[in-house]
Amino acid sequence: MGEIVTVRYLCIGCPLGCRLEVDEDLEEHAIVEVRGFSCRRGKEYAIQEHTAPQRMVTTTVAIDKARWARLPVRTSRPAPKDKVLEICRALRTVRVSAPIASGDIIVRNVLNTGVNIIATRDMVEWASPQNIEA
Amino acid sequence: MITSNPRHLRGSYDVIVVGGGPAGLEAAVAAQEAGADHVLVVDREPEAGGILLQCIHCGFGLHRFGEELTGPEYAQRVVKQALAHRIDIVTDAFVLDIDLQRRVKLMTREEGVSLVEARAVVLAMGARERTRAAARIPGARPAGVFTAGMAQRLVNLYGWLPGRRAAILGSGDIGLIMARRLTLEGVEVAGVFELMPHPNGLNRNIVQCLHDFDIPLHLSTTVVEIHGHNRVEKVTVAPVDGDLRPQMERAWEVECDTLLVSIGLIPENELSEQLRLRMDPVTRGPVVTSAMECSLNGVFACGNVVHIHDLVDFVSAEAMLAGRSAGLFAIGAPLRPDNVRLLPGENVAYCVPHTISTEREHTVYMRTRRILEGCRLRLVAPDGRIVYEKRLRYVFPAEMVNLKLKPAILQHFHDDALRIDIVGRSAER
Repeated sequence: MGEIVTVRYLCIGCPLGCRLEVDEDLEEHAIVEVRGFSCRRGKEYAIQEHTAPQRMVTTTVAIDKARWARLPVRTSRPAPKDKVLEICRALRTVRVSAPIASGDIIVRNVLNTGVNIIATRDMVEWASPQNIEA
Repeated sequence: MITSNPRHLRGSYDVIVVGGGPAGLEAAVAAQEAGADHVLVVDREPEAGGILLQCIHCGFGLHRFGEELTGPEYAQRVVKQALAHRIDIVTDAFVLDIDLQRRVKLMTREEGVSLVEARAVVLAMGARERTRAAARIPGARPAGVFTAGMAQRLVNLYGWLPGRRAAILGSGDIGLIMARRLTLEGVEVAGVFELMPHPNGLNRNIVQCLHDFDIPLHLSTTVVEIHGHNRVEKVTVAPVDGDLRPQMERAWEVECDTLLVSIGLIPENELSEQLRLRMDPVTRGPVVTSAMECSLNGVFACGNVVHIHDLVDFVSAEAMLAGRSAGLFAIGAPLRPDNVRLLPGENVAYCVPHTISTEREHTVYMRTRRILEGCRLRLVAPDGRIVYEKRLRYVFPAEMVNLKLKPAILQHFHDDALRIDIVGRSAER
C-alpha cells in the first residue's frame, strides 16, 4: 500500500450537505475508503466526484436576426468538469443566425469531448431586434 | 419564442390571467381544460415564459416533466402547451387595474387602454427582487450596483457584461448561479458575502457554482459601504456578530467595479392590494383557500405572487389547481367550500393554502423559521390534541416543506382550526 491522501467533498444530494471524505491510495490509484455519507447516494456521489467529475455546461452564444442578442445553449450530456471553462471560452467566438429550433446542434463534438452543444430554445427570425449587442 | 398576440381582444373572457410566466400559462391551460372557452393571458414582456427565459441553467422540471431541463426549455414547453390549447396570449401589455366586478383595465400596444370583462381572474404576477435599498446599504450611488436577476438578464439575453470584477451580496441560488455565470463569461468574482451563518442556496449550487471555480464564500459577513463616484470602485465588508451587527473594527475592503445583490424576492402584489385582497403579512401574498381563491370571489392566485417557491415544478402544480378553480368558477360550477383554517405554529413561518377541507386531499406548503434535525411535524387541534404526526429528518428555511394531507388523516377531526408545529433539535451550524 502506498501513501494515502484524504480528499473532502460536500454532498449535493440533499440539504443535509454531508461532509464526505475519500481516502485514495496514491500508488494503486484506488479508493481505499469513503466516509461521512449518510445514504447510498452520498457514497456514490463521492466516488463519482473523486474519479470522474462531470458537469452539464449551460451558457449562451451570439445570435443574429433574433429578438435577443444571445441564444441559450447546453451540452447534450454532462462534460468532464475540467473542460467546463475551456468549452465556454471556445463558444465565445461562435455566432449563429435565426431561425434556430430548440435541440439544434450548434457545435458538434466540442473540443473533441464527444459532447455536442445544443440550443435550448427556439429563436424565430426577427426583423427588429429587441436589443443590439454592445 | 412564438407568442399568439390576438389581432383583436374580445370584450369579455371566461378567465383572464395576469402574468405569462409558468404560473400564468399552466393556470390558463387548466382553466380551459376545466371548461372555460375563452382564456386570455396578459404579459408585460415581449414574449411569454417569464423569468425562466433568462434562467439558462439546468435543474428545472424533474417533478413536472420527469427530466432535468434548463429554464428556457421548461418555459418553451409551457408556452407551446398554452398555444396548443388555443389560449390567447397578449404580450407587451399591462394590467393597470382590476375592479370588484372583475373588469380588467388593460393597456396593449395595438389598442391602448381597454376595459375587458372576466368571469374569473387569476393573479400570476410573480415576484421582484429586493434591491440595495431594501438592504439599506450606505455609501455612494455609483453605477455598477445590480440585482442578481438584472445582471442575469443583461448577460443571458442582451449579451452585456455588467463589469470586470464583481462582489456578490447574498448566497441565495440566484446569487450563486450568477457567480458561476460571470466566471464562465470571463468576469472575475471576488467573493460571495452572506449575512447569515449558513448559506442560503442549495448545496449543489455551493459546490458547482463556487467550489468548482474557487470563489470564496464569506458567511456571517455583509457589505457595509459602497465606494465610487461614477462607477463602483470598491466595497467595504464586515463580519457580523450574533445579533447581525457589523463589527466595523474587523472590516476590510474588496476591490470591484460591480456589486450584485441577491437578497430575496418580494411577491409583486400591487394589483392584489388595489383589489384590497386579504394579505398574509409573512408571505406578503394573498390569503388563499385550498382552491387558490383569494378573499374576493372569482379572483384566484398562484405561483410566486402567493409565496416564494424554491422550484418552478411546485409553481406548476399550484397553478394547475388555481386555473382549474378559475375555469370551474367561470362556467358557474360551485367550488366546494373549506371547513378548516390552517395556523402556522411552532417554528412554522407560514403555510399555504390558508384553509383546507377535511373531505379532500391537499398539498400544504410551509416554510420553517430555523434549521432543525430529527423533527416531528404535528397537526394540533385547538384543545391541544395531536391529530397527526409525521417524522422529518431535517427542515431548512431555504427548503419548502410539502405535506400531503389525505381525508383519512382528518376523518375524526371536527374543529375549525388546525395548528401546524414542527419541533426538533436546533441544528444551526
